[in-house]
Amino acid sequence: MSITSIVMFLAIVAVTLYVTYWASKRTSTATDFYTAGGGLKGWQNGLAISGDYLSAASFLGIAGSVALYGYDGFYYSIGYLVAYLVVLYIVAEPLRNLGKFTLADMITARFDMAKVRGAAALSTIVIVLFYMIAQMVGAGALIQLLFGIPYWVAVLIVGVMMTIYVLFGGMTATSWVQIIKACLLMFGTVIISFLVLLKFDFSIVRMFSEMTTATEAGEAYLNPGLLYTSGINTISTLLALVLGTAGLPHILMRFFTVKDAQTARSSVIWATWIVGLFYVLTIFLGFGAAAFVGKDTIVAANPAGNMAAPLLAEALGGDILFSFVSAVAFATILAVVAGLVLSGASALSHDIYGQIIKKGQITEKQQVIAARIGSLVISVISILLALGAQTLNVAFLVSLAFCIAASANLPVIIYTIYWKRFNSNGAVWAILGGLITALVLVAISPNVWNPEPGKAIFVGTPLVSLTNPAIVSVPVGFICGWLGTVFSKEADYAKYSEVEVRAQTGISVSKVSH
Amino acid sequence: MARENGKNIDYEKIAKSESFRQLSKKKNSFLWTITAIFFILYMLLPVLTSYTKILHQKAVGEITWVWIYSFGLFVMTWGLAHFYVSRANKYDKDAQSIIDEFERGAGQ
Repeated sequence: MSITSIVMFLAIVAVTLYVTYWASKRTSTATDFYTAGGGLKGWQNGLAISGDYLSAASFLGIAGSVALYGYDGFYYSIGYLVAYLVVLYIVAEPLRNLGKFTLADMITARFDMAKVRGAAALSTIVIVLFYMIAQMVGAGALIQLLFGIPYWVAVLIVGVMMTIYVLFGGMTATSWVQIIKACLLMFGTVIISFLVLLKFDFSIVRMFSEMTTATEAGEAYLNPGLLYTSGINTISTLLALVLGTAGLPHILMRFFTVKDAQTARSSVIWATWIVGLFYVLTIFLGFGAAAFVGKDTIVAANPAGNMAAPLLAEALGGDILFSFVSAVAFATILAVVAGLVLSGASALSHDIYGQIIKKGQITEKQQVIAARIGSLVISVISILLALGAQTLNVAFLVSLAFCIAASANLPVIIYTIYWKRFNSNGAVWAILGGLITALVLVAISPNVWNPEPGKAIFVGTPLVSLTNPAIVSVPVGFICGWLGTVFSKEADYAKYSEVEVRAQTGISVSKVSH
Repeated sequence: MARENGKNIDYEKIAKSESFRQLSKKKNSFLWTITAIFFILYMLLPVLTSYTKILHQKAVGEITWVWIYSFGLFVMTWGLAHFYVSRANKYDKDAQSIIDEFERGAGQ
């Protein structure tokens, strides 16, 4: 590790710790802790959403897969972006208008029952843990590569940092760490893309034509088919990506940090532009790495291609740019895991402890203490799981988290807002049906079983060939919600009137609460 | 009719009013129509790339149609996001006038 790397790494640590110190003085109530007081501006929340969303898997993973597989590496980028239309059109504003701290708050605004809240909190925690293990294991491996320190030390550094941010600074610190990270990430990506374009005389057409001879794949590099050969798996994965974002707890939670639906709306616009521009630039990162670093060097550093972007930075800008990009990757990881800890803690401390066990009879002070203990619990569990999961293939954990979010959370969100006849029985069925189907189908999939030793977790023949079960589990989530509803006579149309009016007008949020 | 949040809003009266029903219908048909359109355009991409070779043909220089289609989906996302905002701002005005109408009716 060079002096420049150490300096930049420490600068990130120092700045984020200072932000946490500043935020800790502004965190005294549960509302401060979970939603930063609900006073973020649209651009701030938009940057924070981008910082929460653009994980190391996006930055390093997609750049690497574009470098190695050309067009196929770019597929995910499209799904990750178009997903924001589902968030904007269907989910964001009603969620802001109905909810308080968590997804469960929004669903129980209609069905105020412990079983509904419990099911929603359970699916939140499952998604957070899957996503978290993926991020932590990826982070550990990455920091090990970038800075040459042992895996367990890397996991501990990330784990301790995220715990400090959330424990002391709550959502305020988490949001600002995410905002800083989003700015750094965009800055780094724009610089590398500029340097790549400079090499191609700023001609996109020339860049593409040079890419047809730059790799051993030849012209096939610019067409689909190098990585994904099964149509049904590609369709299923892209379905999980486009529908999953609107059910990811740490993304949904960000909408409670703004004051009303209008601000939620403008935050999505900001996020759409930042996330979209970033994903367009991943093409330049990937092409640049393929052309100026070369497949052999990329694969030698990391078989999955995760080192493509840092190596490209080194090739184009020497030690300084390499150190900067490595530091950005570190900040990227920290911002995502902090958001995950916070959303896991909200389900554990607010939903399960405060609302189910204590039945809402809990003082402001107790709520903040519970939130801090919950954050600590989620952090410790994540660190332990990550230490034990080092050898796990993390790529499938991320797409699985998206799949569970799409299967367990999205159907219940849509039904709660838009379906008059929906009832509490249907809500529980929708969540558990989607969750269990997704988990079972993954447990018997090729991600977990492979006849060749070492290729998956267990040696054996998978019972299904689907690598991502979304094409089955999302419809199952919707069907379970419908069946659970019609099998129960319960129907409260008066309550739906309230939910409908509040979701559409935000009346109890913006108008009456003053 | 007081509701449990203690704010004395007669949600049912608003929900059943002609102006709210109209807004709700207009808004929902807009949301779901556009959602269906972008969802189909998006899912068409893996279907076309997996089962046909249409998008494998060259469009501009060596750039194949699949890149043009993909970039088109990016442009679509930005365009529809802004289209949503312009429509939603109009619906906000309708919602506000429903709230005002209700408050006058409640004699506040």
